[in-house]
Amino acid sequence: MSALGVAGGVLQAVVIVGGAPLLLGLMRQVRARLEGRAGPGVGQPWRDLRKLVRKQSISPRGTTEVFRVAPVLLVAMTLVVAVVAPLVTTASAVPPVADLFVVVALLAHATVVIALAGLDSGTAFGGMGASREVTVLALVEPTALVAIFALSVPTGSTSLPTIVGTALDDPQRLISPASLLAAVALAAVIVAETGRLPVDNPSTHLELTMIHEAMVLEYAGPDLALVELGSAMRLSVYLGLFTSLFVPWGIATTASPLALALGVVALAVKVGVVGAGLAALEVFLAKLRLFRVPELLAGSFLLALLAVTTAYVLG
Amino acid sequence: MNAVGWGLVSAVVVALAATVAALAVPRRHRPAVTGVGVVAAGLLGTVAGVVATTGTTWSVARPDLLPLIGLELDVDSLSGVFLAVGGVVAIAAGTYAIGAARHGLDGPGVQAALPAFVASLLLVPAAGSVGTLLYCWELMALTSLVLVVAEHRERPAVASAGLWYAVMTHAGFVAIMVGLLVAAGAAGDGSFAAIRAAASGLSPAAASPAFLACLAGFGSKAGMVPLHPWLPRAHPEAPSHVSALMSAAMVNLGVYGIVRVGVDLLGGGPSWWWVTVLVLGAVSAVYGILQAAVGSDLKRLLGYSTTENMGLVLVGVGACGMFAAAGSRALAGLALTAALLHVMTHAAFKTVLFLSAGSVLHATGTRDLDALGGLRSRMPVTTAAFGVGALAASALPPGAAFVSEWLLLQALIHGLPAPGVVPAVVLPLGVAAIALTAGLAVATFVKAFGIGFLGRPRGAGAAAAAESGPAALTAMVLAGLACVAAAVCPTLVLPTLAEVAGGVVHAVPAVSGTVAIELVGVSGVLSPVLLVVTLIAAAAAVVGALRLLARRRDRRRARLWDCGAGPLSARMEYTATSFAEPLQRVFDDVLAPEQDVDVSHHEESRYLVAAVSYRRELPDRVERRLYTPLLDAATAWGRAGRGLATGSVHRYLGYGFVTLCGLLAWLVVTR
Repeated sequence: MSALGVAGGVLQAVVIVGGAPLLLGLMRQVRARLEGRAGPGVGQPWRDLRKLVRKQSISPRGTTEVFRVAPVLLVAMTLVVAVVAPLVTTASAVPPVADLFVVVALLAHATVVIALAGLDSGTAFGGMGASREVTVLALVEPTALVAIFALSVPTGSTSLPTIVGTALDDPQRLISPASLLAAVALAAVIVAETGRLPVDNPSTHLELTMIHEAMVLEYAGPDLALVELGSAMRLSVYLGLFTSLFVPWGIATTASPLALALGVVALAVKVGVVGAGLAALEVFLAKLRLFRVPELLAGSFLLALLAVTTAYVLG
Repeated sequence: MNAVGWGLVSAVVVALAATVAALAVPRRHRPAVTGVGVVAAGLLGTVAGVVATTGTTWSVARPDLLPLIGLELDVDSLSGVFLAVGGVVAIAAGTYAIGAARHGLDGPGVQAALPAFVASLLLVPAAGSVGTLLYCWELMALTSLVLVVAEHRERPAVASAGLWYAVMTHAGFVAIMVGLLVAAGAAGDGSFAAIRAAASGLSPAAASPAFLACLAGFGSKAGMVPLHPWLPRAHPEAPSHVSALMSAAMVNLGVYGIVRVGVDLLGGGPSWWWVTVLVLGAVSAVYGILQAAVGSDLKRLLGYSTTENMGLVLVGVGACGMFAAAGSRALAGLALTAALLHVMTHAAFKTVLFLSAGSVLHATGTRDLDALGGLRSRMPVTTAAFGVGALAASALPPGAAFVSEWLLLQALIHGLPAPGVVPAVVLPLGVAAIALTAGLAVATFVKAFGIGFLGRPRGAGAAAAAESGPAALTAMVLAGLACVAAAVCPTLVLPTLAEVAGGVVHAVPAVSGTVAIELVGVSGVLSPVLLVVTLIAAAAAVVGALRLLARRRDRRRARLWDCGAGPLSARMEYTATSFAEPLQRVFDDVLAPEQDVDVSHHEESRYLVAAVSYRRELPDRVERRLYTPLLDAATAWGRAGRGLATGSVHRYLGYGFVTLCGLLAWLVVTR
């Protein structure tokens, strides 16, 4: 546990928790402007959260502690990833946990917890959302693991600090075919896992087309605030990981205040740009039919497998 | 005689004494006597196994004990691992058995078979010669068969499952016998030491068929595709503590056999043996979990999950053999360590899953997930136990299987730079198979836990469920604690396992560390303890922040949102079938479900529908494509043979005459 790692862990927790709703606000604002609307402003998600936290908690009848604990676990698991992954600094606060497999599986676990909460409510929508979310998850996991495999073969390690450090030392490796293919595959994973278009529509109001929103339909008040915050944090963490893996420049390698400040700014700018780009792309996309989604995911799985093969043949 | 010898011999003596006692004591006391005997035997076996894993060996040869073949036992550290696993499973299963004696399960035969089965489970890994191994293997097959058919009066499916099991286990026995006899014949002696010494002189033409025959026999016991169809039939139909013993302890011995014969006795062999093992393992893993993901029978689903997990273990064993054949001993040790750890974690979570499934079956009278649900408030301990097991089985951190799968993936990742085209093709496909398995396992166990235990009861049985008795609860809690221990501090056993694996492949231990799992020779660190601590800290921080920020502390209970259409009924809930429907649709081409819609009309008008019946079946495709034609051919052959037997004595005498003449003519020609 180094000073750099601890400083990074604290900073990352603060930046992700504070910045995740802002990123969501930014993406909504970009989308609104491109669609010709004024938009509610970047700070709206934070205002929503403040409103929700002040409300009374509600437990629907028939639900158990699975339903009540799930939002806390969702935020906690995402927070652990935010702390241990190298986002602001190359070192990790808890190096033995900063493994790419652990991080991805932990984020998947957060999804599972919410799916169980959806099933716990015992409503048709909860079950429907859980079923769809788990189906998407089951098809995304393979892509994620194989893409990780492709990224870790050249460095010979699945440790995130090692992968990011190697990329910083040898930037040429980032534009190798294996790395590019893995990037595309991981991008598909992120879109599916964070429930963005074309897999899921985060702003839908039609229950029958919902995936994520159908699962959390029963939440209200502070619980809903946690769910919303958790989802926003997931998006930021995924985008942060993506930028650290493929665009690592600006990340702090020393514990000096200047380097750390630069690291924070670089993270904010990179994630903001990628997020805004994603939002701009979404304007031109329609949601895929649920049963077309597997085709998209199978395609990304194939890309990930290709990435491994090229990593072996060329690396 | 050292501690290993004392432990093993007293375990077997206690178990056999319990068998005799089960036949002697009155019905009332029988379950308690056999249960306590099994627990004691399990404890002693565990002690012997644990001592053996530290490097203490023990062997004995008593030619006078068994007729014709004699008894030869030889316990080394590899045997110790399987002894210890079998012993721990027996402790939990025995505890459960004390309370699980319903009508039909307390007969003398069934009760006597249970301790004998446990004794055979402990003796198979301790066997030191071909004869002893085959003898114990057959004892294991017969006693487990008696246990599988225990409830044959209650359900007709049991008899069919028993028949499948009996035939396939004996076919496997023959395969193992042929394989081992070829090896023993070349060595000139049946003891393992002699075979090991003669292995280097064995020609490939003899070694390869011997290995393949053993792979088929042992692989069938481990539920390897395509030799698996007995497993998802026999495991669910057996009483639940027997299912736990079979699924968590017996299948491991298939893996033990492959490692013992392939790596140890035959000395590794060529690379293609192990590529075969790896590919079969990967196919088993994907096929098993796919069937489990779309199934809705709780215990059958767990049976398929056993096929999946044994497939993953075989991937590890195959990778180990492949690396060893390529000369990278350190990686071979790592892969075998991962396989052994997965055997242990699988035993832990499969025990708790089968025992809690048994508890559910006992309380609700059904194992159909579509009729379960709402057990959380009625059976809290069972629900918690199943939850722990499901977390472990779904390979998500901080679950038990995550650690072993992480180790397995590390072995495959570091093995990719190995020279040759075959690893370059096989290893990525192996990783892809593991990855597919991981995703589908999550879906399977979310379904099993979420549909089976949460929500509202979907059937009358689930609505009237009550928690099981103290013996069953104790057993589930014990197995659940083992799961938690395997998830949080696998470092307690990993260095020992690494030493065992290193001893088998002649390498230094591949894993070290007390707080974190540190790989030796390659880079890789993981600390399950720190992960759990960080998670708890994060959860505490979230709860604290929420307490600080929230204005109102009280919670209000409210109606579920029902679209304004009145109270929701259980029929509106998602069922296991509907939950798995999207996955089934995605894998339509592989699963080939059979659907049937029957519409019957009113007599007065063809335009009025009286009833619609819908039936859907998901047949095991391997069974349908491979076994059904085989069985049909055998039946046709039998029918054809019947034409020869008309009942006329003259005709039979004629057959004898013709055969004799034919033989004489053949002798004349050949001599």
